[in-house]
Amino acid sequence: MYELLEAYLSRCGVWGVVLTLGAFGLGTFVNRKTGKGWCNPLLLGSLFVILLLSLLRVPYAEYRTSAEPVSYLLLPATVSLAIPLYEKWQLLKENTAAIFAGIFAGVATSLGSVVLLAWLLKLEFFQAVTLLPKSVTTAIGMDVAAALGGMAPLAGAVIILTGIMGGISAQWLCGFLNITDPLAKGIAIGTASHAIGTAKALEMGEIEGAMSGLAIAVAGILTAVLAPVFAGLLP
Amino acid sequence: MKLVAQFGRILAVCFLGELLAALLPLPVPASVYGLLLMLAALKLGVFRLEQVKEAGSFLVGILPLLFIPAAVGVMDLWDELRAMLLPCLIAIVPVTLLVMGISGWVTQKTRRLLKKETQNDV
Repeated sequence: MYELLEAYLSRCGVWGVVLTLGAFGLGTFVNRKTGKGWCNPLLLGSLFVILLLSLLRVPYAEYRTSAEPVSYLLLPATVSLAIPLYEKWQLLKENTAAIFAGIFAGVATSLGSVVLLAWLLKLEFFQAVTLLPKSVTTAIGMDVAAALGGMAPLAGAVIILTGIMGGISAQWLCGFLNITDPLAKGIAIGTASHAIGTAKALEMGEIEGAMSGLAIAVAGILTAVLAPVFAGLLP
Repeated sequence: MKLVAQFGRILAVCFLGELLAALLPLPVPASVYGLLLMLAALKLGVFRLEQVKEAGSFLVGILPLLFIPAAVGVMDLWDELRAMLLPCLIAIVPVTLLVMGISGWVTQKTRRLLKKETQNDV
């Protein structure tokens, strides 16, 4: 039966896209029904796909190829984050100092924490540099990890899980720490959890979304520049 | 046709971003060059906002969906994740909260401080 299924799927072009849309739709439905922050549509949707592929013994590589059109849109979607940012240009111009201070503090905390973690848990160099770029967008983070001698695929997985964590906890954390300024919320979410967190920031509001999009680019570039410096501090 | 033209403009910016990523020897990916180029194009009036807005807003709106194929890739990395489970978990959960908290707190504090200063000047 598994052979028949595999033979069919290899000839059917769209199943990966249909499965992705269906899983996301189901995730959104559960999210609305429960209203719980951790029932994030991306997290649930991904779990549904993993569950189904594992049950039907379909290899990830086949799903990935079939779902390629979905991933293809990531580049134009990231580029389009410039649009909400442009609409908030005035706000950006008036608060440049605060924005850069916040992003710099976040990037330094992220890199510094991983260095500290490496010393405390006695991590190997290749393990530590895999975790180093965990808060930035996958495109930058995987390259940074690979360039320093880390494991790029694992770096990608950690980055994605970091993004999901950021999206799930953003609302709660901002409330807990009394961060009420929408501009500060957006910068915090984008700096800590890149584009996946930004999806949540866009739901929270226009300013949050625009600032989170800006933080992806600035934190990404800053991390690419500073990661080799922090890698020098590793055990 | 309007949406096709809008999507075409966004893809043209993506193309330039990929070109820059290929030509410049910096660790900056096409998406970040593209984001900055799109901002520059809007700022310099190469396009007006309404010439990219609808297609762009649609793409930004479906962003979480677009990450599913990459996120599912975690299923092939269980063994690697398990081999360094504790450091991964610490990096993913408490460190992310710490980074978000510090970044947000510093932004909010700096903004309020600067605002107070300018008010005192007046």
